[in-house]
Amino acid sequence: MELYQKTAAELSKMLRNKECSAVEVTKSVFDRIRQKEDTVGAYVTLTEDKALEKAGEVDQKLAAGEELSPLAGIPVGVKDNICTQGILTSCASKMLYNFVPPYNATAYDKLLKQDMVITGKCNMDEFAMGSSTETSYFKKTANPHDPSRVPGGSSGGSAAAVSAGEAIVALGSDTGGSIRQPAGFCGIVGLKPTYGSVSRYGLVAFASSLDQIGPMGKSVADTAMLYTAICGRDPMDATSAAREYPDFYQNLNSNVKGLTIGIPKEYFGEGIEPEVKQMVMDAVKLLEQNGATVKEISLPSTGYALNAYYIIASAEASSNLARYDGVKYGYRTSEYTSLEDMYLKTRSEGFGDEVKRRIMLGTFVLSSGYYDAYYKRAKLLQKQIAAEFAAAFEGCDVIATPTTPYSAFKLGENIDDPLKMYAGDICTVTVNIAGLPAMSLPCGMDSKGMPVGMQLIGPKFSEQTLFDAAFGYESLVGGFTTSAVEK
Amino acid sequence: MLNDNYEMVVGLEVHAELSTDTKIYCGCKNQFGLEVNTQCCPICTGMPGTLPTLNEKVVEYAVKMGHALNCTINRICKQDRKNYFYPDLPKAYQISQFDIPLCEHGYVDILVDGEEKRIGVTRIHIEEDAGKLIHDDSFAGSLVDFNRCGVPLIEIVSEPDFRSSAEAKAYLDTIRSILIYLGISDGKMQEGSIRCDVNVSVRKKGDTEFGTRCEMKNVNSFSGAVRAIEYEAARQVEVLENGGTVSQETRRWDDAKGQNFLLRSKEDAHDYRYFPEPDLPTIVLEQEYVDRLKEQIPELPNKKIARYMKDYGLNQGDATLLVEQMEKAALFEETLACGKVSAKNVSNWILVDLSKYMNETKKSIADTKLTPQKLCQLIQKVEQGVISNTAGKTVFEVLLVEDREVDEVIEEKGLKQISDSSALEAVVNEVLSNNQKSIDDYKNGKTNALGYLVGQCMKATKGQGNPAMMKEMILAYLENH
Repeated sequence: MELYQKTAAELSKMLRNKECSAVEVTKSVFDRIRQKEDTVGAYVTLTEDKALEKAGEVDQKLAAGEELSPLAGIPVGVKDNICTQGILTSCASKMLYNFVPPYNATAYDKLLKQDMVITGKCNMDEFAMGSSTETSYFKKTANPHDPSRVPGGSSGGSAAAVSAGEAIVALGSDTGGSIRQPAGFCGIVGLKPTYGSVSRYGLVAFASSLDQIGPMGKSVADTAMLYTAICGRDPMDATSAAREYPDFYQNLNSNVKGLTIGIPKEYFGEGIEPEVKQMVMDAVKLLEQNGATVKEISLPSTGYALNAYYIIASAEASSNLARYDGVKYGYRTSEYTSLEDMYLKTRSEGFGDEVKRRIMLGTFVLSSGYYDAYYKRAKLLQKQIAAEFAAAFEGCDVIATPTTPYSAFKLGENIDDPLKMYAGDICTVTVNIAGLPAMSLPCGMDSKGMPVGMQLIGPKFSEQTLFDAAFGYESLVGGFTTSAVEK
Repeated sequence: MLNDNYEMVVGLEVHAELSTDTKIYCGCKNQFGLEVNTQCCPICTGMPGTLPTLNEKVVEYAVKMGHALNCTINRICKQDRKNYFYPDLPKAYQISQFDIPLCEHGYVDILVDGEEKRIGVTRIHIEEDAGKLIHDDSFAGSLVDFNRCGVPLIEIVSEPDFRSSAEAKAYLDTIRSILIYLGISDGKMQEGSIRCDVNVSVRKKGDTEFGTRCEMKNVNSFSGAVRAIEYEAARQVEVLENGGTVSQETRRWDDAKGQNFLLRSKEDAHDYRYFPEPDLPTIVLEQEYVDRLKEQIPELPNKKIARYMKDYGLNQGDATLLVEQMEKAALFEETLACGKVSAKNVSNWILVDLSKYMNETKKSIADTKLTPQKLCQLIQKVEQGVISNTAGKTVFEVLLVEDREVDEVIEEKGLKQISDSSALEAVVNEVLSNNQKSIDDYKNGKTNALGYLVGQCMKATKGQGNPAMMKEMILAYLENH
């Protein structure tokens, strides 16, 4: 077994037992990148020199007997909307094709403090808008299980990198499902943390009230390790929660006895492929056979969630992306006759279609005369959805749903049909709207040979419960084998 | 002057920069006049991924202003984004407050020609300032200075309660003096610390409905506000008198030309697409905190002026000058508290002699050695005739720069006034016997000869003779001889 195929937890032990060196791990991952990147295309930027340098430092520290973080020396990919000082942070947009931030995102800074080895910046949908990583200005990323299929999005590069062994773990970001959906499509584990538990400072904003950085890995343990490293109060982010967090990895408990799992009927209705429903219910049944209690619940406003989501997210995006005007940094059109002309051309040329679509939608719903009908009502619906979740959690510990209605679709299949593309987010957007934590974990391969994801949703700050439930399932199936590291 | 058949209706929006140490949403220094683009960071220049965090001092200052203007404080309020494109606004939105301002429903009393008038204050909200565009012939295009981005502002919106430009001017002066009294703004007009937008409409006298209003931007001084208001009111009257209608529009005031120009009509008005700022949590203030700030509000300048006029009989001009600088008002009151002394005299010493010294030396009262006790003693000595007014000025000059006792200085300089009539009589007789020509002149109707004779007596007593007594003696002699 190659080093790149191993989990962070395994490599962490091996490094301490001197079974391998950090440089060997990093080299193994970059060899794998050289082998797979032409087909997968997970990265916008690779930082091999820095990675090897860092790995060398870690080896020296280990040799000197220094006490290091369990993540020290572990190669990690970082989504390209997370600011990395001195390294291109493009958001996969022409608009930021040359943007090298002079500051770090807090979450990335924490990875550096853990002595993690940064492999590079992962491809994504432009400004995190999309569900297939096809809207990237630079390249399309392929699903490592089947290069004719999408890896999901918007954190498709991060998911594909982890699944293919081009990184051991990765950071993604999730505004409406952008960690969970690609994790599901690529057969790995992804957590969208509680809003406010991971600092958003340095995460290039898409929809500020919904965005959250989160961990992705091949196992629950890896995801828990990475989450432990990045969560925490940050004075630079006024929306970050003031609370203490445990070591989720050390606390992992696979016992699911007494766990109550809610099954919301609205998430198993029309539009969800029968095979997907069946696989998720089989997974739930396995947990039930091992001591969990299963009950049917109802989240009646689910049907309106997509509308509310696309209104709120687009409204915030239209404002957040207004700063890309060609004045200070990033792309500026080459010829223009006036300030307005410069703005128009820069933004027309610098943004892709999907981004423009959302800016226009967001601008419309915030316009005077339409604000009350759209934005205000969407915000009311947000409260309603959050209240329904809160009520549901009175009677259960976690809620289990499919992550997506179907497994990974073909490249190009949905790209010209935005509404069909948006509809695929039906199972994930409610979680962002309510600010809840949710994970996607693999529950097997479907008849197309593609992974299917199960989503576990918990109340705010219940990440340990989610990790434990997921860890319980992972243990029952004898570990996840749905990544593409063997391919 | 406005056509007699009309009256103007004016409302003001005042933007005041707050003098906090740091900016409103980041840790950059809030300081004027530093080198271009040296006081900015990724946050105040709105770089991708950066986030604002609210400087609590800004809220404190704004709440104080709210108390000073008798506002209701909204203990729960939010911040909103005002979206528009301009190169000096790097995020392409300004963080401001839209439907729930920090303070609202207040008022302030202003003095116009000695009369008090109450002006409604609609609201006060907090927001961030934008940067500045720099245009210069030495380079093509425009450059942006981001130093001012994120400088904290409060916007104070008045009700349309002004009926003359003089009222508007009095209000602006009052707002400025209150800002300075509270120590929350430096009030420096020339540095743009206070700016205002002016809303003007006109109507026939006796009408109860308001006319259509126009907003004027780019009013950069209080005197400019007066000119802008007068001009716009006259323009609207002319439109109406010519049978036209005033249309709602935004106009740009050009103070140099003394004219305004159409900036945009109602149809072209910006849609700012306000919505709640998702990067900042709701502002929640404890009642106790709000109350504590109220206790810190000093007696405000407009109230002080009214009190000085009522209690001390000062005129509005002197009272205003005293109150304008807090330390002058403090010295005035403390001097009066030190002993029995005429308020009018204290006011004169401060406004004439002390102010002259302060202007010339650019010093504050705290920079001098003068204390209220000494000023009181000095004025008492003059009032009691122990020293002359002229001698008083000599003593005053010493008291400004040296920590000395009043009596000691009078003694040392030999300034004590001679009021012993027999001693003075000898001097007067001496002077009269040596100045027959002046006596003749006086008798021939040249009355200013009297002044000359008194002057000679003063000279003979080395300035110490009581001039009033000597004048009496000379007059008595002239009448009897």
